[in-house]
Amino acid sequence: MKLLNPFKREKTFSHGGIHPLEHKSSTADRPIRRLGFAPRLAVPLAQHKGPPARPVVKVGQEVVRGEPIAVADGHLSVSMHAPATGRVAAIELWPSAAGPKESAIVIDVYQAASQEVLFDHPVDVLELSPQAIVEAVKDAGLVGLGGGVFPSHVKLVPPEGRRIETLIVNGCECEPYLTCDHRVMLEQTEALLRGIRIVLRATGAARAVIGIEDNKPDAIAHLRSALRADDAIGVQAVETKYPQGAERMLIESLTGRQVPGGGLPADLGVAVYNVGTLAQMGELLPQGRGLIERVVTVSGPGAEHPGNYLVPIGTPVSFILRQLGATGYVTEVVLGGPMMGMSIASLDVPVTKGVSGVIIYRAKDEEQGRQRVYPCIKCSRCVEACPMHLNPSLLAQLAHKREYERMASDHALDQCFECGCCAYVCPSNIPLTQYFRIAKAINRERPALVS
Amino acid sequence: MLSSVQFVGVAVTFMSVLGMFLAIVLVVANRWLFVQEDPRIDDVEDLLPKANCGACGSPGCRPFAEKLVNGEVDPGLCTVNPKDTNQVIADFLGVEMGAHEKRVARLACAGGDHVAYIRASYDGLNSCRAAALVSGGGKGCAWGCLGMGDCEVVCDFGAIRLDRNGLPRVDEDKCTACGNCVEICPKDLFELHEVSHRLWVACRNREFGDQAEAECEVICTACERCAVDSPEGLITISDNLAVIDYSKNTLASKVAIERCPTGAIVWRETDGRISKGRDARKVIRKTALPVG
Repeated sequence: MKLLNPFKREKTFSHGGIHPLEHKSSTADRPIRRLGFAPRLAVPLAQHKGPPARPVVKVGQEVVRGEPIAVADGHLSVSMHAPATGRVAAIELWPSAAGPKESAIVIDVYQAASQEVLFDHPVDVLELSPQAIVEAVKDAGLVGLGGGVFPSHVKLVPPEGRRIETLIVNGCECEPYLTCDHRVMLEQTEALLRGIRIVLRATGAARAVIGIEDNKPDAIAHLRSALRADDAIGVQAVETKYPQGAERMLIESLTGRQVPGGGLPADLGVAVYNVGTLAQMGELLPQGRGLIERVVTVSGPGAEHPGNYLVPIGTPVSFILRQLGATGYVTEVVLGGPMMGMSIASLDVPVTKGVSGVIIYRAKDEEQGRQRVYPCIKCSRCVEACPMHLNPSLLAQLAHKREYERMASDHALDQCFECGCCAYVCPSNIPLTQYFRIAKAINRERPALVS
Repeated sequence: MLSSVQFVGVAVTFMSVLGMFLAIVLVVANRWLFVQEDPRIDDVEDLLPKANCGACGSPGCRPFAEKLVNGEVDPGLCTVNPKDTNQVIADFLGVEMGAHEKRVARLACAGGDHVAYIRASYDGLNSCRAAALVSGGGKGCAWGCLGMGDCEVVCDFGAIRLDRNGLPRVDEDKCTACGNCVEICPKDLFELHEVSHRLWVACRNREFGDQAEAECEVICTACERCAVDSPEGLITISDNLAVIDYSKNTLASKVAIERCPTGAIVWRETDGRISKGRDARKVIRKTALPVG
């Protein structure tokens, strides 16, 4: 289509963005397959933004697949469910992708169990009141599966005085390598549309727009054909450009309006949900079940069997590597996409609700990334690439001088969402994003000084 | 028409009158708006080290001087000045020195690369802060020192040096307890302590027993021997870590360290040496452990 009409431009955000190599071809056509159960699963209690869940099981207790094992502790927390039938071996500190060891419920899986989900309370979701839907979403343990892991039920209730007019469904998947959302749109279409209708009902929004990057024409066509004529749901193609899938970028692309600095999408009457989250919502809520597995793209130069897999929450990365094989000497494993994902320091780190991909690198691939850092030549490519209209070059100079407070107070450091565009385009290989993450970490530790 | 002489005359007169007027304004403003400042503040500031380190709790030396003159603080609070200079300030202001014990920064980790395992090698910006953000930095002990020397960089007094095993050593003579290292350490391993606090737990690991010991040879395994041997309440075990209650510091003695199997709890001698108990495992290895 694009070849026939070179002047046709899809909608996009106004400033910045980059076009990294996509690397999606190896997994985009592979249907979702189920991965087996690891002998030992570790379900961290803090898989979402907000206070960790409170465990309701004891060590030694037997749990059935789908059973609630931890309940939400406060409004910003969500429940956890047993990803497999087995016995609680321990509740102990377990390595996490972020670094510090965190409390996790460790389950020894019964290898002979049939692994049926025996916990469900079927309900007619579209008959439920909006408040009941919010509670059901919280109990299902749903969080933003795109990687943001913000509890989904919180976004259903806009702050006082705001109303959600438009639901934006994020099917961009702008990160290289990742194709799990792409496959979800193709294979779990019914569940996705059901999820959209549930959110429309809960928020009272008038319409929903599914934003999809134009490198997935099959998903766009498939979803358009699945929609009913009277639906308030539309599909909108957006330009393939990283970070199109970031919440603020997609809102700007689709509505033409920018979320004010420090504001919420609700300020524009918008709520954004990832397609994976809504597909799970459409799948789990009618059955009254909890989130116990998710689609993960296993890819990268070192993946022997790249593909999209349905992985139980809590599966250690080492099990995925063993099960799917890796070619060559694996030197680095990234959870999430290569741009914003986390390189992990231990293969015991489990797949959590926010892990959309497992990217495997070999020794040879890593060599290319190891380059010398040169001084800044003030070329301003980072300024052009920053989608948030920041000045990364200036911020880096301040970071060098350890003036972290000034970075936040005078140069809007808090607006940076660490997409990595600046570091990607920097010809001097300056690790700009890393500087900003350090600055933000230090500012978080001394909030009194910043204000 | 004015002649040129008259022209110059008018200009000179006008400028003189204007100058006189502005001078009067300045004189009046000086009288009315003059800020009466104690001249002693300047004198005291001259005696302070002008390090602006913040160890005294004031933002810098000038605010500290103001507080000194107002009698809000004691001269002894300045940890950078030599004692006799502080005495000069005290004599000048006619106040007591104040009994302030010297405080120093102490590292709650002894896991250099010869005793603590590094499980994944970090490759990137050479800074602990940066490494800590990449899945914790790759050290087996998630609480341990990363050994890239952010503290050495931020120390304005050159009191911190990394030793051969990548562990920061604090020179207690040079340390002023300004707190820069406390703030920069991503693992929060530095604490400011009075030098009389001789008993010290050089570990922050929250794991128990063998699980902890698999990552580091000088780790606190929460065996509770120190807590049992010491006077009641001096040492408690909380979250699998020995915690010393320094309000009972007078009860502290070397008894606590004697049976520690790993040597995680130590006694800091007055001369800067670190004594471990007799049961502590002897670490003979000097070179780094293999990564992995």
